Amino acid sequence: MGFEYAPAPESRSIVDIKASYGLFIDGEFVDGRGSSFKTINPATEETLAEVAEASDADVDLAVKAARRAFRGWSRMSGKERAKYLFRIARIIQERGRELAVLESIDNGKPIKESRDVDVPVVAAHFFYYAGWADKLEYAGLGPNPQPLGVAGQVIPWNFPLLMLAWKVAPALACGNTVVLKPAETTPLTALLFAEICQQADLPPGVVNIVTGAGGTGQAVVSHPDVDKVAFTGSTAVGKAIARAIAGTDKKATLELGGKAANIVFDDAAIDQAIEGIVGGIFFNQGHVCCAGSRLLVQESVADEVLARLKRRMGTLRVGDPLDKNTDIGAINSAEQLGRIRELSEIGVAEGAERWAPACDLPSSGFWFPPTIFTGVTQAHRIAREEVFGPVLSVLTFRTPAEAVEKANNTPYGLSAGVWTEKGSRILHMASQLRAGVVWANTFNKFDPTSPFGGYKESGYGREGGRQGLAAYLKGADA
Amino acid sequence: MSTTVPTDPAPGLAAYSEVTASEASLRRFLHGLPGVDQVGAEARAAGLGTRSIKTTAKAWALDLAIRMVDLTTLEGQDTPGKVRALANKALRPDPADPSCPSVAAVCVYGDLVGEVKAIVGSQVNVAAVATAFPSGRASMAVKLADTRDAVAQGADEIDMVIDRGAFLAGHYLQVFEEIVATREACVRPDGSHAHLKVIFETGELQTYDNVRRASWLAMLAGTDFIKTSTGKVQPAATLPVTLVMLEAVRDFREATGVQIGVKPAGGIRTTKDAIKYLVMVNEIAGDDWLDPDWFRFGASTLLNDLLMQRTKMTTGRYSGPDYFTLD
Amino acid sequence: MARIDVRKTYKLYIGGAFPRSESGHSYEVADSKGRFVANAALASRKDVRDAVVAARKAASGWAGRTAYNRGQILYRIAEVMEDRRPQFEEAVRQSEGITAAAARSQVDAAIDRLVWYAGWADKLAQVIGNANPVAGPFFNHTAPEPTGVVGVLAPQSSSLLGLVSVVAPVIVTGNVAVVVSSYDRPLPAVTFSEVLATSDVPGGVVNILTGDAVVLGPWLAAHMDVNAIDLAGVAGDAELATSLEVAAADNLKRVRRAPETEPDWTNDPGLSPMTGFVEHKTVWHPIGI
Repeated sequence: MGFEYAPAPESRSIVDIKASYGLFIDGEFVDGRGSSFKTINPATEETLAEVAEASDADVDLAVKAARRAFRGWSRMSGKERAKYLFRIARIIQERGRELAVLESIDNGKPIKESRDVDVPVVAAHFFYYAGWADKLEYAGLGPNPQPLGVAGQVIPWNFPLLMLAWKVAPALACGNTVVLKPAETTPLTALLFAEICQQADLPPGVVNIVTGAGGTGQAVVSHPDVDKVAFTGSTAVGKAIARAIAGTDKKATLELGGKAANIVFDDAAIDQAIEGIVGGIFFNQGHVCCAGSRLLVQESVADEVLARLKRRMGTLRVGDPLDKNTDIGAINSAEQLGRIRELSEIGVAEGAERWAPACDLPSSGFWFPPTIFTGVTQAHRIAREEVFGPVLSVLTFRTPAEAVEKANNTPYGLSAGVWTEKGSRILHMASQLRAGVVWANTFNKFDPTSPFGGYKESGYGREGGRQGLAAYLKGADA
Repeated sequence: MSTTVPTDPAPGLAAYSEVTASEASLRRFLHGLPGVDQVGAEARAAGLGTRSIKTTAKAWALDLAIRMVDLTTLEGQDTPGKVRALANKALRPDPADPSCPSVAAVCVYGDLVGEVKAIVGSQVNVAAVATAFPSGRASMAVKLADTRDAVAQGADEIDMVIDRGAFLAGHYLQVFEEIVATREACVRPDGSHAHLKVIFETGELQTYDNVRRASWLAMLAGTDFIKTSTGKVQPAATLPVTLVMLEAVRDFREATGVQIGVKPAGGIRTTKDAIKYLVMVNEIAGDDWLDPDWFRFGASTLLNDLLMQRTKMTTGRYSGPDYFTLD
Repeated sequence: MARIDVRKTYKLYIGGAFPRSESGHSYEVADSKGRFVANAALASRKDVRDAVVAARKAASGWAGRTAYNRGQILYRIAEVMEDRRPQFEEAVRQSEGITAAAARSQVDAAIDRLVWYAGWADKLAQVIGNANPVAGPFFNHTAPEPTGVVGVLAPQSSSLLGLVSVVAPVIVTGNVAVVVSSYDRPLPAVTFSEVLATSDVPGGVVNILTGDAVVLGPWLAAHMDVNAIDLAGVAGDAELATSLEVAAADNLKRVRRAPETEPDWTNDPGLSPMTGFVEHKTVWHPIGI
């Protein structure tokens, strides 16, 4: 008899989802003036709540509230601002399980990840930037660091709360106030974060949360009284934002798409490399802008690596996001599932070989099995376009120079991975790869102290670390 | 557990005869094995440790874990009385519950094999540590005599230690030959042999690269089991060390067709730990190793914790140490 | 009988060579009083194209130089400029219509600025890079790297100090530059390119086009193989600057926005001229045995 793990579901009772949610403006939940939309559980397609869709007028109110709050918040001593951020960090820890469960319900990611990665890193982010609030003059960003004003922030659905933390924590630490728009499909943890701001007695208007779709986001970034735009999302929208703010004084941080190469040399620590490949592409269902979606494997070990990879993929457990043993949860939306399917079918049509382990997918909800494509070349669309799903393209190379050439042969430049036991080769590869984050003998690691952001069309500016402060201070030289 | 010594090595193993032909070729081979990244290996082991095992799966795992225990006492103060008590415990770990399975083996010093054997007969194996356990510091002649003595006394299994000094000095062929010789010393007059487990004392080898090399070296030398530790050196068994060894036996079977067992020993005290090991066996080496023939726990206090958890599963309430025998 | 002087042909500087414009066009350059001085090559969009190709070709080699070496080369530029001071002073005086003393001080400042930037080559990474104490067994550090090919619309008024002030920060950080000089005052830029050609600067690292930023700017801003653009040369033309910024968004160029008016280039530049054109790269590696 084999070891059949019985279901081990995390209790859902810890979260209390309301039937409907308003907007969080000026410290209060208020009804929106626009329409509303439903947010669903992507694992079951059940409606979770009705959420207000902020209109231009709502956004204007939020920006006005943020502007009013800016006066007091920016003049408050850093020491006091820090204490608010520390409070928020602590409350996030206290309510960590609740946040994790809610995130998994609304997003579809496995509880294992929301519990062990997203939420702890969120709390760590607030702790980290809390400590900066009263030390900005020591950050090496100029003698008299001053906040920019009101930050308009638009975040994606793949790491709803984590992206909120990446945006809100440094903005507040530097003395800015924010208007944040969470993604249309994942608004719930941001709204719970609003409650946390209330529990922390954060002054009204310092954080405003306006839910909605693309139109709301557009209203936020193009509002004339927004001084700073921070966006994480698609490269297409990033470019539209860059155009929209042309000729203005708005500063922008853009964290956009990626098509990262994960490069495995023949002398790699192979078992760890396999883990790095798996974690690189299947973490968070592959809904990761820095996912290692192109495996570049040295031809001399390609067969062995593939055999091991397939065996390992056979142990991945796809299913209920709230089951503690689930490795791969639900695809976030029908729309995203459609795109993954479409690109996968193009991969097949273009002659690449598709493989996925046998796995039973639930009958309702949005699911896609962990999938690899072999026989892929640089000319295949699946090797060039961001799939943003659990789909890995496998390519081969012969020499380090060829690996570098192929890795860099993309308009993106967010991240890259290198696997080799040879130290000098790691440093050579790290210097040659045109990517903002290089993971050597590891992948998909995140830390509040570690700056994150891309080269080329993956965007500009850095989030995290000391560099992350520069995005929220006037005239700061990163 | 008696098998016949094969006259020829397994066909898959024959391909490796060149590897062990010389010190240089063996060294080249062992150093050509893929490296192990410590952080990555430890992260993988920790990740498997978060698997949540509930209800039916847990009940099954508990019984399997009990059946995998090599109930061990290896103290200077061991007496015939002490090991007899342990032998009885091995047969009937939970006297209150006849459905509770026996453990796999009782593991003692060689001179006490007869005492144990007299009680357990052929129902539970008797394992003896040998080759100047735990340090391995004696002449080859003494180590082999130690082994032969234990086998003669009726040991079903021999847990030998490698010469870590030789290994760390890079004398791989010497270590290889010691294992080969000890394996031969395990042969009984009737041609069957006591099962050989090779202890690496991974706490002294220190690096996972060394653990992987030692694993391959021992497997090429014909061991039946590879075992982490003597229990006398810290750290003893750990999840990541066992992970590396499970990867080695998995890869070895793929390469040669020969299946080798794995035994973490020392430091595994709780059911929670034991289940983490079983999850790891399941996901790294696979189903085939989820059997006392292929995976063992070298432990003493672990057994009572497994029994307490087993009682909790059947009665639905938490038990206490007073309800389990201290031996 | 007075000697007839031998005039110089003012050409473009692309890939270390001095070609005429691919278009065959030139334009009259006058001094501040409107008197004819010379014909300068009028760069076309195809010259922009060629310059970008030359720059891209030089990019990895220049980025791969040691910081120390780049600093040495920048200092060498300063040395050679010092050697040709009279020529620069005359060119600046003539172009900008300022006194000889004022021109001298502009040249002084330009040379001193190069020396200042030369020293930054092996220090910037120390000042703006950092080790990151991540919560795990990982080595993690962040250091600046060049962003790549930078289009530089050089200032229209300050023909030499302004030019040096926008070119030096680009190349000292390991980038390569495609520069469009001041349209009305291009001659100091041409002389500067002759200095570059004799200062150990590899061909293609700096390419200087004499011509009109209004015409060439859109080609540079929209070029998909240009990584960043400095709009200093369109200061004051908000409409053009905005349209260039819009074009630059096509491949998300890093943009150094055009100021409302041309700044006083004698001011302390600070770090932003350099930091605007670097990428922060963060490298992780496990720490284990």
